[in-house]
Amino acid sequence: MPVKLSMTVNGKPVSAEAEPRTLLVDFIRDQLRLTGTHIGCDTAQCGACTIHLNGNAVKSCNMLALQAQGATITTIEGITGPDGSLHPMQAAFRDHHGLQCGYCTPGMVMSAIDLVKRHPHPSEQTIRAELDGNLCRCTGYHGIVKAVEAGAKAMG
Amino acid sequence: MYAFNYHKASSVADAAARLSAGVDAKLLAGGQTLIAALKMRLAAPSDLIDLGGIAEMRGVRTEGGKLVIGAMTTHAQVAASQDVRQSMPALAVLAASIGDRMVRNMGTLGGSVANADPAADYPAAVIGLGATIITNKRGIGADDFFKGMYETALQPGEIITQVAFPIPQKCGYAKFANPASRYAIVGVLVAQTGGGVRVGVTGAGPCAFRVPEMEKALVANFAPDAVASVKISHTSLNSDLHASAEYRAHLVAVMAKRAVAAALGQ
Repeated sequence: MPVKLSMTVNGKPVSAEAEPRTLLVDFIRDQLRLTGTHIGCDTAQCGACTIHLNGNAVKSCNMLALQAQGATITTIEGITGPDGSLHPMQAAFRDHHGLQCGYCTPGMVMSAIDLVKRHPHPSEQTIRAELDGNLCRCTGYHGIVKAVEAGAKAMG
Repeated sequence: MYAFNYHKASSVADAAARLSAGVDAKLLAGGQTLIAALKMRLAAPSDLIDLGGIAEMRGVRTEGGKLVIGAMTTHAQVAASQDVRQSMPALAVLAASIGDRMVRNMGTLGGSVANADPAADYPAAVIGLGATIITNKRGIGADDFFKGMYETALQPGEIITQVAFPIPQKCGYAKFANPASRYAIVGVLVAQTGGGVRVGVTGAGPCAFRVPEMEKALVANFAPDAVASVKISHTSLNSDLHASAEYRAHLVAVMAKRAVAAALGQ
């Protein structure tokens, strides 16, 4: 039976109904139509579905929408400036070849922003360790690491 | 995923009442194992009781020489806790080594301990530090808690609310991690306390266990070399595509040595 669900997504209050078994990522994509959050593996390994739940990066394919009842959520659509300009981390990914096909990018960027929040001046080693939960099959990660280093500086 | 009824518990008592009322009700902690199992239809509970809204089950506090950690405290919170980092740094190291950042932001101490995955990290800490598992009904000693692969002493209707870890003089954790999942192929937590030494091993057997021969050797001489010569029998150890039982037996000694070195700050 559908259950009423309320949360704040990208600064706006959202109310909808969802089946208890609805995953948060499906709720975000199918009901809120925010398709920037991707489903890569659907097994909590690739991190393409990473969003911020009350400020912390989590995998939205590995939790129920109902677990986010009353929570504050930020998706990749919620990080751009009011004028639609790219977030410094997004700009850094573009400038440093942090993506090729782009499928993993929303998750990479959301993880990277969470990482910089905790490590304002991350070393290469820290970046590689912290991005452990985000897989990219195109870039070989070098461009991503450079992008996060540059993004961290730009965010500082 | 099969359909189920969802309940957000308001308190431990509420969760316990709903747990006994459901036909095949299950508790949902952080869900980092359970949600995946539901998606693969490996689990099909009638009811899920979400513990995520119970504030009394979260947090770390020091109480009478023990660190008492709420069952719903996430791995990331344990890893970042100043109390944990000061009084038992090995537990912070252990928590920080679980899965990846996103998993650590959702996964919980209680969920991990209750699931009793043979390759989970926390069981090594529960056994190695001689923790007490506190439920809504009783306290269960570490040595009585893990009964086998995914099997614990928890009775139907019983909910882990806290885990109390006695603060040791020294402790260290070393893990040989699966490079993809970060689960422990073998993980060893060594703790030196006023009462002696405890060695807790995870990943190697069906459930976490102690190694009395190593404990004895470390009481005599708390040094990495003291455990290096202790031979571990592989006969009851796990063997899978990641590592044979013989290899795991070898790794127990290597990880124990590294854990002692870590405890000594080497």
